Amino acid sequence: MWQKLYTWLDERLGLGDMYANLLDRPEPKGNWWNTLGSASLFLFILQGATGIFLTVYYTPSPDHAYDSITYIMNDVAFGWLIRGIHHWGASLMVLVVFIHMVRVFVTASYKYPRELTWLIGVGLLLLTLGMGFTGYLLPWHQMAYWATTVGTQIAGSVPFLGEFILKALRGGPDLSALTLQRFFSAHIWMLPALLAGLIGVHLYLIIRHGESHFPDEED
Amino acid sequence: MSGSHLSRRDFMKAATGAVGGVITAALGIPVIGFLIAPALREDKAGAPIAVGKLEDIPVGKFHPFSFTITKVNGWERTASNYGGFILRNSEAPDDILILSSRCTHLSCTVNWNESANAFLCPCHDAKFGPEGQVLDGPPPEPLGHFEYSVDDQGVLTIVPVELKSEA
Repeated sequence: MWQKLYTWLDERLGLGDMYANLLDRPEPKGNWWNTLGSASLFLFILQGATGIFLTVYYTPSPDHAYDSITYIMNDVAFGWLIRGIHHWGASLMVLVVFIHMVRVFVTASYKYPRELTWLIGVGLLLLTLGMGFTGYLLPWHQMAYWATTVGTQIAGSVPFLGEFILKALRGGPDLSALTLQRFFSAHIWMLPALLAGLIGVHLYLIIRHGESHFPDEED
Repeated sequence: MSGSHLSRRDFMKAATGAVGGVITAALGIPVIGFLIAPALREDKAGAPIAVGKLEDIPVGKFHPFSFTITKVNGWERTASNYGGFILRNSEAPDDILILSSRCTHLSCTVNWNESANAFLCPCHDAKFGPEGQVLDGPPPEPLGHFEYSVDDQGVLTIVPVELKSEA
């Protein structure tokens, strides 16, 4: 019965081919450092899932943002767990993405024909940092407020364009409800959409070129 | 050991599947609780509320009253208005009928219409008789009755049962 169902689906979807091409690829001899890209992908999915669940209760308004998070932490079943995973997963993701990048650099895996994979990876690092920066404001407590005050002020120190950048980030000259709302929008819609798209291209390039082997005497 | 035919590759597949299953369950089961938590909260029946003095309420006609109950929903206080009609059939303090003005169909507010001699609901043309019984329209049951008590000073107090039926 299950065999029949699988055959029916396989004929139409090509599950066997998908498995062979996506997961059963030949790999050069590697070690645990080679798993950090997959670890980054796992963390992205985990952050996406927990983030979606947090939006069930979180309210991006200066009046209610902090209260809604207090509610999640104290009154919702397992709210502490979902938010805890999202909170610590965010830091862990930056760390894992960064070590992944260091590994690629040290093993010279960014060279021909993988330059584009590397460049997109740099974009993914910047977007991950952007997720951290925008997510940090959302609790709307003192730490979040002042961290964003300082962060946007730094962005505002750019010559000539600084004041415009500062106003564009804050949605005006001051940190306000507009800032919270646009950071929320960037955090849950814009940046994740870009991340997901670029991750797709990144993965396509990895599957297309295969993983690089470690440099040996001949390289 | 020699009896085992599990290849390294199959072991890795099974182990990956098992770890993935554990992670999914460890997150998936709490998430169900997370999502349905507000639905499992007990709703309180509500404390008795004084609605007026008997001497201020006329005998023989429907006297409207209203009260506000503030409930904490999540991170916000929500004030809801409730109301009804008091009918003193006679001077006796226990000869009182107190009806809720909340239509039993879809919770709109009904009004007493003297010429129709009925409570009419503006939403879907429901019609209730002077005792709250359904005369016409879609309501599944009569208007709610409030339990009440009258103390020595003649203060009329009701128990807001409507809170129980509210989600």
